[in-house]
Amino acid sequence: MTKVLMKGNEAIGEAAIRAGCLNYFAYPITPQSEVAEYLSKRMPEVGGMFLQAESEVAVAYMLFGASGCGEMVFTTSSSPGISLMSEGISYIASGQLPVVFVNIIRGGPGLGGILPSQGDYFQATKGGGHGDYRLLVMAPASVQESVDMVMEAFVLAEKYRNPVMILGDGLIGQMMEPVEFPDTPPPPPPNKDEWATNGMDTRKSNTHNIVKTLFLDPEVLNNHNLKLKAKYDRMKKEEVKFVSYNTESDYKALIVSYGTMSRVCLTAIDIMKEEGLEIGMIRPQTLFPFPETAIYKAALKDSCKVVVSIEMSMGQMVEDVERCIKGVKPVQWYGKCGGEVPSPEEIIAVTKEFVKEQSI
Amino acid sequence: MGVKFKRPEALTENHTHYCPGCTHGIIQRLVGETIDELGIRGKTVGIAPVGCAVLSYNYFTCDFQEAAHGRAPAMATGIKRVRPDLIVFTYQGDGDLASIGMGEIVHAANRGEKFTTIFVNNAVYGMTGGQMAPTTMPGQRTTTSPFGRDTSDTGMPLRVAELLSSLATPGYITRQTVISPKHIRKAKKAIKKAFEYQIEKKCFSLVEVVSTCPTNWGMTPVDALKWTEETLLAYYKLGDYKLPE
Repeated sequence: MTKVLMKGNEAIGEAAIRAGCLNYFAYPITPQSEVAEYLSKRMPEVGGMFLQAESEVAVAYMLFGASGCGEMVFTTSSSPGISLMSEGISYIASGQLPVVFVNIIRGGPGLGGILPSQGDYFQATKGGGHGDYRLLVMAPASVQESVDMVMEAFVLAEKYRNPVMILGDGLIGQMMEPVEFPDTPPPPPPNKDEWATNGMDTRKSNTHNIVKTLFLDPEVLNNHNLKLKAKYDRMKKEEVKFVSYNTESDYKALIVSYGTMSRVCLTAIDIMKEEGLEIGMIRPQTLFPFPETAIYKAALKDSCKVVVSIEMSMGQMVEDVERCIKGVKPVQWYGKCGGEVPSPEEIIAVTKEFVKEQSI
Repeated sequence: MGVKFKRPEALTENHTHYCPGCTHGIIQRLVGETIDELGIRGKTVGIAPVGCAVLSYNYFTCDFQEAAHGRAPAMATGIKRVRPDLIVFTYQGDGDLASIGMGEIVHAANRGEKFTTIFVNNAVYGMTGGQMAPTTMPGQRTTTSPFGRDTSDTGMPLRVAELLSSLATPGYITRQTVISPKHIRKAKKAIKKAFEYQIEKKCFSLVEVVSTCPTNWGMTPVDALKWTEETLLAYYKLGDYKLPE
């Protein structure tokens, strides 16, 4: 493996190719347009396909059609674009189609701004489209992790026949870091003849496959939803991923933070450690399924006075943190979401303040 | 004695849910016959719309996907771009294609996507209970134009075949109807031609079929045919609007 210096957005595009996905539909939107720009050159080189659609709405259904006939496919977008795709994501989830979405979040709501944010946490983890569905959501904290997660996302999408979302932010997309791509070829996608509309001649079968999302019989629809729920429950058992920092110490506070924000928290934790204040952190790598048990257990530690959710949003993940803490420790939130990333000094100041409040 | 008339292999034995006097059944039979005659059933993927034809996957024996409202052309694009060897057709109504899905059909046609669209125009929203469509005639009463369509308020009925034929990209755009055996024969030829152009990878093809909706028009099937001929066909002129070079 050779290390190369790459911009996050371009590395994401390259990772999809290395994962074996040669089909990409997209619509340009800041701050992730470089993915489309990169792949418009790169896909023809590797015999792949790139189509710039007329809208994000159309992108979602191009993905549906292509995935529905059994091909690997993905897209990238940013917040307002994902909102437009959300209708289609609901259909893709119901149709049980393996599609990978990358959301390089910008500030919102509305047009918001083009700088990094984590304001799409609710949309990604609680469903932005209609109906009972879940995405498997992964949150990278570096360009390398973006590459690794994109490659893994295709495998998980196939495993669960479910859409998977990589939830990055503008900073992850725009920064340059050294990355390595694995030399090993990706696993071949599973045989999809049983359900994909890939043409009866292709699969030498005389039964016609139908990919649909309409279930007019209430019992049938309920059973369909139970089947989907079983998949989400399985994800909760098998796919929870997180990283712990400084949790071997007798930390006074436990920070929960993900993505770009967690890197700033890491710097703050190191500085506080030098000053003699131990702070632990859990960084969820999967936002759905959420590392509920790990956070709960870490909060139980006797030395831990407070749990702090630090986000580039106005308190979205904190609701999940509160839910899994079950009231055993006080929970606080700190964040910003105008596109400005909170500094280590700010994190240090608020963390000390929260610890002080609980020590009185 | 030889068999003169039988169900095409491309159609299932299921009874359709369409109302008496509606011509969806005839149009789908013509598509089924075409698939049989061209021998393409094993590589055809149909796309059902929202609206009356949403369940059309129950009536065909080829692979099918079911679209969200208006998005069938985007889905067809997705399939053709990753599997150009498949034969893909969308089957869409006027509310689906001319209203919510106008963007998708215009851009698919303009890109020259090599799929076929069967566009069934009956001047009303059928499945949702007879509301005004972009194709509803001036003065036509519907549940959302109870005093008759007021064109000063809602504009004139959209002529999809004419609109799409204005695109510079090559395509096959034609308008047909199935209100009599003579018209059915012509419509069949047009549908077959549309699929042949796709098989030859020549162009995007769309057959608009002026259809009936006796239930929501509040007419008997016979009166609906008469009204189609006298009123709809006076505005929606039959014929080829665009032919590939």
